[in-house]
Amino acid sequence: MATTAVARRLPVGGAGKGATGWWGMILLIVTEASLFVYLLFSYFYLGSMARGAWPPSGPPELRLALPNTVILLLSSGAMWWAESGVRRGAQGRLRVGLLITLGLGIIFLAIQAVEYSHKHFTPATDAYGSLFFTITGFHGAHVAVGLIMIAVVTLRAWLGHFSERRHLAVTNVSLYWHFVDAVWLAVFTSLYLSPRFV
Amino acid sequence: MAATAPPAAPTPPLHERLLRIWETPPGLFGILGTVDHKKIGKRYLVTAFAFMLAGGLEAAVMRAQLTAPNQRLLSPETYNQLFSMHGITMIFLYASPILSGFSNYIWPLMLGSRDMAFPRLNALSYWLFLFSGLFIYSSFLVGQAPDRGWFAYAPLTEGAFSPGLHMDFYALGLLFLTVSTTVGAINFIVTLFKLRAPGMSINRLPIFIWGTLTTSFAVLFAMPSLTAACIMLYFDRRFGMHFFDAAGGGHPLLWQHLFWIFGHPWVYIVVLPAMGIMSDMIPTFCRRPLVGYTFVALATVSTGILGFGVWVHHMFATGLPDLSTDFFSAASMVITIPSAVAVFAWLATIWHGRPVLRTPFLFAAGFIVLFVIGGVSGVATAAVPFDRQLTDTYFVVAHLHYVLVGINVFPVIAGFYYWLPKMTGRMLNERLGRWNFWTMFLGFNLGFFPMHIAGLLGMPRRIYTYPAGLGWGTVNLVTSIGAYVFAVGVVLFLVNVLWSIRRGPPAGPNPWDAPTLEWATTSPPPAYNFEVLPSIGSRHPLWEDRLAEGAARSVLDRGPALDEGRETLGITPLDAEPSEILTMPEDSLYPFLLALSLLVTFYGLLTSVWALAIAGGVLVLAMTVGWLWPGPEPEAA
Amino acid sequence: MLQSPTYLRTFGPIGDRVAALGWSLLIISSVVVLVVSVLVLAGVWRRGTRSFAPVERAGGGLRWIVIGGIVVPTVILVVVFVLTMVTQAAVASPATAPGLTVRVTGHQWWWEVQYLDPSPDRIATTANEIHIPVGRPVRIEVAAGDVIHSFWVPELAGKTDLIPGQTNVTWVQADHPGVYRGQCAEYCGLQHAKMAMSVVAEPPAAFDEWLARQRQPAAPPSEPDLKAGAAVFAGSACALCHTIRGTMAVGRIGPDLTHLAGRRTIAAGTLPNTRGYLAGWIANPQALKPGTVMPAVPLESTELQVLITYLQSLN
Ligand code: HEA
Ligand code: HEA
Ligand code: HEC
Ligand code: CUA
Ligand SMILES: [Cu+2]
Repeated sequence: MATTAVARRLPVGGAGKGATGWWGMILLIVTEASLFVYLLFSYFYLGSMARGAWPPSGPPELRLALPNTVILLLSSGAMWWAESGVRRGAQGRLRVGLLITLGLGIIFLAIQAVEYSHKHFTPATDAYGSLFFTITGFHGAHVAVGLIMIAVVTLRAWLGHFSERRHLAVTNVSLYWHFVDAVWLAVFTSLYLSPRFV
Repeated sequence: MAATAPPAAPTPPLHERLLRIWETPPGLFGILGTVDHKKIGKRYLVTAFAFMLAGGLEAAVMRAQLTAPNQRLLSPETYNQLFSMHGITMIFLYASPILSGFSNYIWPLMLGSRDMAFPRLNALSYWLFLFSGLFIYSSFLVGQAPDRGWFAYAPLTEGAFSPGLHMDFYALGLLFLTVSTTVGAINFIVTLFKLRAPGMSINRLPIFIWGTLTTSFAVLFAMPSLTAACIMLYFDRRFGMHFFDAAGGGHPLLWQHLFWIFGHPWVYIVVLPAMGIMSDMIPTFCRRPLVGYTFVALATVSTGILGFGVWVHHMFATGLPDLSTDFFSAASMVITIPSAVAVFAWLATIWHGRPVLRTPFLFAAGFIVLFVIGGVSGVATAAVPFDRQLTDTYFVVAHLHYVLVGINVFPVIAGFYYWLPKMTGRMLNERLGRWNFWTMFLGFNLGFFPMHIAGLLGMPRRIYTYPAGLGWGTVNLVTSIGAYVFAVGVVLFLVNVLWSIRRGPPAGPNPWDAPTLEWATTSPPPAYNFEVLPSIGSRHPLWEDRLAEGAARSVLDRGPALDEGRETLGITPLDAEPSEILTMPEDSLYPFLLALSLLVTFYGLLTSVWALAIAGGVLVLAMTVGWLWPGPEPEAA
Repeated sequence: MLQSPTYLRTFGPIGDRVAALGWSLLIISSVVVLVVSVLVLAGVWRRGTRSFAPVERAGGGLRWIVIGGIVVPTVILVVVFVLTMVTQAAVASPATAPGLTVRVTGHQWWWEVQYLDPSPDRIATTANEIHIPVGRPVRIEVAAGDVIHSFWVPELAGKTDLIPGQTNVTWVQADHPGVYRGQCAEYCGLQHAKMAMSVVAEPPAAFDEWLARQRQPAAPPSEPDLKAGAAVFAGSACALCHTIRGTMAVGRIGPDLTHLAGRRTIAAGTLPNTRGYLAGWIANPQALKPGTVMPAVPLESTELQVLITYLQSLN
């Protein structure tokens, strides 16, 4: 059966979902996600072991973090819009969507930086400080990497590298970006919300 | 665009054409730029084995110090670095990479493909492995090798109790190596999903494939735990953070949990592929299919999964509540069932087969016995109250060597005797092989069985010397003698390999009359593996006509030639129907350069020369972009 | 004292129960290994050849897996697990509540030992040698002064880790008088190898007498050379690190020396407590225990002699 099957005309190079590259990105996300699971595990473990109050200086405030969360979610939306655009071959939508995502991502990092500058503890203050800055910092680093990937893809979008069928890079980058946002939701819930409810 | 792939038959001109397409150009570019999975696989094997020799040498020196009480051969500083580097080398730089080596070389051949899914990532993971290994070993040059043991319990590793670079080499070196392992794991999984021969449905996979597949998934979930731990350790040491520092609100047990959540799955990661090698080899030498294929496949997968639920059995003495220790004790016993299944599958295969007593089989038989000895001592340590006596004694050292040497080293040596003829086209010496087996088997038991007794006599591990009068002298003397006999065995193996490369008799495509696909091509295989891509009709493509299993037949002599460039066949993951033609990447220097840039970064982090670290980071970025650019088909990266 | 501290020959309730479990596990294990080895050999011996026989699918063999691989092991493991649980429950806590609590603090590389008491001035502090009354359970509270260590006296009980930031509790009981060797069982750095101790089990009367003595401060030196020795101790670095209760020496870095002469060994079970070794130790600790925290303190040989005489008078 197999031989007759290959006698058929086969596409050269898988495209989008199910392609080797797509699988590669999925697996990368799986292992990256586990990394954040272990970081958050460490947060809750040390929290449960803490002798004093946890967090020592009360829950981190939401004044900046909450709007920042919204911004990141919006960027996900923009990314989705861009990607569904290229699937229809709408080059314009792709380019604009990517640019918006890029912008929102940069704003997120900027606000994050501002929030850092307001903190009156450092990573070396105590274990909580170490956890807070390491976890949010790691997420920030992932955002940065995502932004670089988006920048490259945007560039390629303007160079017209992508088509309805050929846009694996876009698919992958958007996968990664949605993942980074999902991670933020987990981080936000653990570090910012959970202390308020327990 | 699309291409037609009519079934073709092998012809000399086709052979020529494919060679021109697939062969790596000679010269420096070829050496640094090749993406051929066979070349990369061989490099993995040689490098990992070299590390094994280094780790063994360290052990040999340790054994000299421990031969008698109150020896002054080594200072405590030296001894502590030796045993730590021995463990780190064997676990991280030998046990796992050597199996990646076999998988790299064998997978595409076994699966009937022309390369791995991501040949360039494959090259990358090798360079990362080599460089991280050299990075860790460069610690000897500055006399500051890691000295806190392979599981490096905090707070002994914190800056306050471990000045100098020792443990920075450890934390950063392992982070570096992690990248390599993870990249490799992703590559194996995607290769399995997409690059099997048509018709190779999952119930037709060799157990070796199951082993490496399970291992690769385990890596994706377990490795990040080590990554997190090592990052925290580095931050604690360099930036005065407090993850493991009780005074600062951290906790030493956080390290132990993170390490063993990684560590226990890891010990199965370094044996499941090796057990797979055995499960495929034993049938070949017993002249019959494996008894209970499905059981063994399931046992492999379930061991991988259960392996995540037992880590606390390394922490029974840390004062955890009985309830939790009991749970992990039970889990540790449950996990023996899949192992038992595998053991009895092998026993049944031998019993109901016609064992051919050639060297690979001897090692397989020895492996079964050592596995069981190591396994049952594991069960003894799983019994909480008894473990509180056994833990951190030589009984545990005995356990870990019986399992690691028994289920990793023995299958690896067997694997060499089995597959080296495929790789070099020449057989190894049978008589020397038998000598090799007996010196290793007897030497090993002579050396390591007494460790159980030393442990039962109350001898703690990780001591650079011990007083006379406690009755530990004799067992240690015997252990040292056995260790050296074992070492001689290792040397005999090296001699045999050299002999075979020089004047070994030609092997021919299938010297063992084995059933799996890698034996369908010539030995050594051509750069393109298969002239026409085969399609699979059963679990034993080369035994079909004799076993008459079902109607389906594999087709090996006719199939798509895909000679319009570096191409191979892509399939649908589940039912293995051809779905696309994959264009494979050309050789490239980017993997090598990317790994090199990362090495720069890590030396920057090690020395706190941030400029260097950043420069390296920028280079990494540049290489990555260059690698993927402009590539209208990034999926072929 | 000179035979191996093996946990298969034990002298207390915990050790005894665990040894029983240990023996049964070792026997079960040996049987399993024996059976499998025999099956391998038999299989090879039955039909082993040197030449490649034709391939065939002979016999089912699934029964092997179901019986040998699943049913039998499950039965054995259930038994093993039950034994484990029973033993663990049995050794979890002593039959009668312990009347005495000893706090053991691990330091690189020696053991600080305190006999707790509600009234602080009745707390007795010593090092590396734990006395207990025969036949009575003793509560042991373990803590770490620096890194992780592990408290282990094989002939009496299994290990309990000393972990910074938490206090673990265990108990021991010796049913026979004697000296039981203990050793640190968690790698704790350079001299992990020489971090031993001993547990001395003596009849209750003798023990009470000993404890009473430990509570006393050191007797003020009477003869001239004892006075001289005391002066040397107080005058040199010694006093910065060591405490001799009843004197000005209140250092906490090293072991309490108030009743040093009463101990069998020095330097955490490394050397016998004789004049010669004491002199050697003080003259150059690094030679006898490389890396130990105690430095060599420069002393005239006459100073050294009177110092030793003084230390040996501390009882
Ligand atoms: C090669 C990897 C490997 C493998 C496969 C195993 C397998 C097992 N290990 Fe081992 N283990 C290590 C590597 C490995 N281990 C290492 C490296 C350490 C030390 C780490 C360190 O401290 O440095 C360690 C330490 C270790 C400990 C901690 C000891 C301590 O420090 O106190 C424990 C405790 O439960 C344990 C248990 C087990 C068990 C239950 C199995 C089971 O999977 C074994 C199952 C197999 C069998 C039992 C044999 C086949 C079965 C039959 C023939 C059926 C009949 C048998 C019975 C009914 C009993 N191991
Ligand atoms: C796969 C894993 C593996 C392997 C193969 C080995 C192999 C050996 N191990 Fe190892 N061992 C570990 C994994 C392994 N070990 C681990 C994880 C630990 C725990 C570490 C820790 O506590 O942190 C450990 C700990 C350990 C200890 C305990 C140290 C201590 O607690 O103080 C000892 C002591 O005897 C020991 C001995 C040996 C010996 C003699 C061999 C021998 O089998 C080695 C035989 C091989 C050789 C001797 C090399 C042969 C070749 C030559 C010598 C020829 C000359 C060389 C050249 C030509 C280059 N090992
Ligand atoms: C810097 C601190 C320091 C100084 C100074 C010091 N010691 Fe020590 N001493 C120690 C430590 C720590 C130990 C435990 C060493 C070990 O067992 O590893 C010790 C152990 C000893 C012991 C053995 C105690 C036992 O029960 O094992 C004796 C006796 C001793 N010191 C006497 C002296 C004398 C006398 C001097 C002065 C000449 C002195 N020490 C100076 C820190 C010090
Ligand atoms: Cu203290 Cu080892
Ligand atoms: Cu384990």
